[in-house]
Parts: sequence; C-alpha cells; structure tokens
Amino acid sequence: MSPIETPATVTSPDAPAAAAAATGVPASRVEELPMAKALNAGLRQALADDPKVLLMGEDIGPLGGVFRVTEGLQAEFGKDRVVDTPLAESGIIGTAIGLAMRGYRPVCEIQFDGFIYPGFDQITSQLAKLTNRGGGAFSMPVVIRVPYGGHIGAVEHHQESPEAYFAHTAGLRVVSPSTPNDAYWMIQEAIASNDPVMFFEPKSRYWPKGPVDFAGTAAPLHASRVVRTGTDVTLLAHGAMVSVLLQAAEIAAEEGISAEVVDLRSLSPVDYRPILDSVAKTGRLVVAQEAPGFVSLGSEIAATVAERAFYSLQAPVLRVSGFDTPFPPAKLETLYLPDADRVMEAVDRAMAY
Amino acid sequence: MSESTPTVQFLTVEGEFAPSGPAEEYASYLEGLTSEDLRAFYRHMVVIRRFDHEGTNLQRQGQMALWVPSHGQEAAQVGSASAAKPQDHVFPSYREHAVGLVRGIDVLSIVELLRGNTHGGWDPTDPTNGNFHGYTLVIGSHTLHATGYAMGLQRDGVVGTGDPEVDTAVISYFGDGATSQGDVSEAFVFSASSQTPNVFFLQNNQWAISVPVRVQSRTPLYLRSRGFGIPSVQIDGNDVLASFAVTAKHLDAARGGEGPQFIEALTYRIGAHTSSDDPTKYADPEEHAHWVARDPILRFEKYLRSLGEGDDFFAEVATEAEDFAADIRHRTLALTPPSPAIMFDNVYSEPHPVMQEQKLWLERYEASFEEEKA
Repeated sequence: MSPIETPATVTSPDAPAAAAAATGVPASRVEELPMAKALNAGLRQALADDPKVLLMGEDIGPLGGVFRVTEGLQAEFGKDRVVDTPLAESGIIGTAIGLAMRGYRPVCEIQFDGFIYPGFDQITSQLAKLTNRGGGAFSMPVVIRVPYGGHIGAVEHHQESPEAYFAHTAGLRVVSPSTPNDAYWMIQEAIASNDPVMFFEPKSRYWPKGPVDFAGTAAPLHASRVVRTGTDVTLLAHGAMVSVLLQAAEIAAEEGISAEVVDLRSLSPVDYRPILDSVAKTGRLVVAQEAPGFVSLGSEIAATVAERAFYSLQAPVLRVSGFDTPFPPAKLETLYLPDADRVMEAVDRAMAY
Repeated sequence: MSESTPTVQFLTVEGEFAPSGPAEEYASYLEGLTSEDLRAFYRHMVVIRRFDHEGTNLQRQGQMALWVPSHGQEAAQVGSASAAKPQDHVFPSYREHAVGLVRGIDVLSIVELLRGNTHGGWDPTDPTNGNFHGYTLVIGSHTLHATGYAMGLQRDGVVGTGDPEVDTAVISYFGDGATSQGDVSEAFVFSASSQTPNVFFLQNNQWAISVPVRVQSRTPLYLRSRGFGIPSVQIDGNDVLASFAVTAKHLDAARGGEGPQFIEALTYRIGAHTSSDDPTKYADPEEHAHWVARDPILRFEKYLRSLGEGDDFFAEVATEAEDFAADIRHRTLALTPPSPAIMFDNVYSEPHPVMQEQKLWLERYEASFEEEKA
C-alpha cells in the first residue's frame, strides 16, 4: 500500500485561539460554553448560512431536544426548518434522504445512541450507498447527530458507543468532537459536507465548559490532532475518552512517563499521519475507547499502525476498551468504562517492553 | 365484478366499457383521452411485454445473472405512469419496467443493472429520464424517500398553488409484500403527518415471491392506509383505463395540497418473481389460469377493436415490439464490462483518501501482471 494521503493536520490544541490572537481578533469572541450550547450555536449558524439546511428529530422543537442542543431554534427558524418528527428513526433518516434528493441538507438528531438501530437499514443500505448507486449523479448531504457514550448513569440503550458499525460502512463519514470549540466548528463542517456524516456527540461532555472561539477558523473535519505532546508513549482516543487520556497523561507525568495524546476527531476516514508521526517518536501506542474492543475502531487502528509503523514500535499496540458485554446497568458503568487508571495499566504494560 | 364491488373498473374482462359503481367518480378523467393516447397505452404495454420476454431470454442465455419479469402488470404500470405529469416524480421498486419506459428512460439501463454492470443505471437528475428515480431493492425503503422528496416539494412551494404547470406530486410503487415492511408504515405516518403530495401505488400481484398475500394481511390491502388517515381506493389493476383515471385523480388531489393518497391495484404476476424463482413449487394452476384469462393486453386489444382499431395497427405494434427487443438484444451483446474505477469514484461526493489510495493500489496491482507478461 502506498502511504495514505492525509488532510492537513492541526498540531496545536489552541490553534483557533492562536490564530485569532495572531490576527488581532478581540478576545471577546472567545466564550466559555458547554458543548451542548456550542453545538446549538453551530447549528444556528448553519441554519442562518444556508436556507436549505433543516433539522429533523424527535422532541427537537419546543423542548429543544432531550439534551437541549436545539433549544430555541424552532422559535427562531420555524417549524419547516426545525421539524419535530414522528417517533420513528427509519422514517427520520428515510425522509431526510428524500429531502436531500430534493436539494435540502437535513441534520437528523437521533435521541440516544441505542435508538439508532431502527434507522440502521436506511443509513447503511440507502444513505451510505445512494451516491454510489446513482453513479455520482447526486450527493447525500445528510448529517446524523448521535449523542453517544456512558458516564451519565442512564438506563439501558442510553449509554452505548455504536460508532464502529458506521465506520465500517463505506459511503459514510464518521466524526466525533471532544471539545466545545471542535463541536461548534465540526458540526458546521459536517453540514457543509456533500457526503453523509455520522456526528457522534460525547454526551458526558455536553455540560463541562470550554473555550469556543467564534472568530477562529475551522480545523479540517477529518484531521486528527495532537492535544498534548510527549515522548514516551502515544495515547489515542476520540470523544469523551480524550479527557480521560489527558488525566492519564498527568498521572504518567508524575511517574516520569511523558505521554503524547492524540484526539482522533475523525473516525472515518482516519487521519493516520499524526498518529504515525507520533508513534515514530514514542514507539508505543495505547488506543482507548468506550466501545467494546472486539472489531472496534481501536482494533482497526492498532492493525494499521502495526502494518505501517512496525519498525518504530517498541511494544505491541495496546487497546483499552469497554468489555465485550452489553453496556452494564449504570451502577456498574465505572467498572465497564475505561478510566485513567485502566489507561495507566496499559501504559505501564507498554513501557515494560 | 358485481355491483357491490369496491373496485374501480371501466373495462370488463371481455373488453367492454362498463364502469363499476365506484368508477363513476373517475369517469371524467377519461374524457380527455384521445385515440392516440389509447393507442399509446396499448403500444407501451405490448412493447414492455416483449422487452420483458427478451430479458428472460437474455438471462437464460447467460447475459444476465438475474431477470425480474413484469409480465401481467402492464396495465397497472402504463395507466398510472401515463397519468403522471412531466414535473411529477416517480419512485419505483424494481419491477416497474413499463413505468420507466413511459417516463422515458432507456430500458437497456435495466439490463445493465441486472447484468451486474451498474448498481443504478440511469440518472434521475437528467431531465430526459422523466424524474424516474432509481430502482430500490430493499423492499419498501424508497417509500420513505418519496415521502421526504414530497416534504421538499412542500418547502419549495410547488404544491397547492393552483398552477397546473407548477404543482407537483410524487408517486411511489411497491408490492403486496412491501406493505408488511415497517418503512411503508412509517412512510404513511410521515406523509399523513405532513400532508405531503404523495400517491402510494400498490401493485398487489398476489405473491411476495412464494408467499401469498393472505399471509401479509387479513384485510384487503386498500384498507391499510385508512388507519393512517390516508384515503384509499382499490382498482382493477389489469384495466389500463382504471389505472389511468384513478391515478390521475389522486395525483391531482396530491398536487392540489389534499395530502397523501393510496391506490391498491389488483393484478397478478404471471411470470416468476425473478429468473431464480420456481413458481411451480407454490403457485396454484387454477389461480394462474384465472389471471391469464384477465390479461391486461388482450382485454385492451378487444376494447380498441370495439372502437374500430384494425389489424394494421396491431400488426404495426407487434413489429415495433420485435424491433425494440432486437435492439435491446443487439445492445446487450455489445455491452462491455464496467471500468474498475467505478468501484471507487462515486462512493463519496468529495475526495476521500481511502478511495484514492485503494484505487491507485488496484491499478498498480493489475499493472504488475502486465509487466510480468512483458
């Protein structure tokens, strides 16, 4: 295989802010917001920018969605553009496909990760394949927002991480922001994409605040990003797990281990260049995810890094995952979900080689 | 049909013009039909049956892995398709060869699809293809696409304006088996909820491969949509005049902003489900004979003869159909395999690193054998 052509990579976690500072944009354009409100702002901007953009989903109108991500948008843009749909996921995706055929750019909200499966056929057999089936005659600019993942103590079907199913499906793009700033920019980039984008929102990160630079510029949608530099081991994750890795990196530093942390951001396609560059430097890679490890994003990345960075590796690529069980009752979720200690267990094993 | 029938029928099995009771309200839609229109109905039905026969032959001769026969359903398809206006959109299932012909696609595209040259075959965004969207093989999925498309028409302001050149509807075709699919029920829900300009056209051909319609439903299928708040009507689907008039009226209603409509066309799949099927394992010979006697083309021929159409016309159409089939055969045999590049080129609309990488890898891999030969 030839080296992968990768999109331009952002190497600084504060690139937008830095860019803003460099161009003299007032600091007042940076606001501390939770991710849910950053997404709300991003959706509002997309609705304002393009009259063909419309939001569809269950309870996204007056209620503003069960996580309030669409709060106020129906009042602002009307019921034809922020649509409270009947309660049927296949119907939401299937009608979004028809709207896209008519030139609209629907953004569908799936209420919770575990409720996406009734729409699975429309996503995988229709949305993902229609551009190909049509010989490229038309695009499918549909975004499917999926609040996903654990850490919220919820009942069954409300804490799952099903992203691998969609990364496995050709024709879809799959992304997941880990910060409010990325959420604000990435949702707009996903909506602007002419391809279907699965947008996995780490629901445990909806509420912590972070800086959002409204005057900044968007990093490429499919670029992975080094968010902490280090020299001994590379830690890689997406979504909520990135914050766990940053905690682990702090612990590692106390133990004298210098960990580099990479935020995957894009699950399909994967931007391997920064990952391979990091592994070339550290010689060790630990991939962490909330999802079960069997046939997962972590497995795929581990295999690819082993193929392409074999002579750089000083230890096997290690995976830290949820167990290969159904997501457990919430009182057991802290045992199921990898935390910083579980990451450190893998870091210690990697360092022992 | 008895006088108490709920079924709209204009032509009896013997080709006599004798509207059933429920047909009365649709009769005015026949008034505008010229004798040329009637001849076109006949011509389309005969040509597509010959095309269908040629498709079966080509499959048996190894030119296609699969053929999907439309034999027996010509009246349901030609009548309804002829009722649609140019601006209307059509979402077929995968047996709507006659609808595609009426809407203007080159039906060789269907051969290319079933031969394995493409997954689609015609470009629904090309105006010459009559807004005939792609075949959908997953049963019922496209009824939701049709509904979403109609939601787009509403937002575009092309429904209920009163301008006959502007107002637009969407007609989607599906079968009796599809009525059991959740997607069809969800299409009814979404369409009723938004009062979209959809006409749902069910061809009840009595069989979902080997399973009879009574397994799908204990009630007549035309009643299915009423619980969703969608008005419905049952027609004799082998009567091309009933199919035309009823579809025309309900498309008018949909275009006019009256919301979704549902038509059940009673017909019969004379042939197999596909060339891989074996109806001798399940079909009832008496039922088959009953429906063969109700053949839509023979019936309409009798009617046209009663109007004075003579042997010359029927001979001319027969020749046209033979020529059409010969052209299809000639062009099928001239088809070349698709370029490997199509595997990668249209998976995404925008550049994608994995597609680029794997396409290049395959090119180099294939080229390596050429180098070995050299």
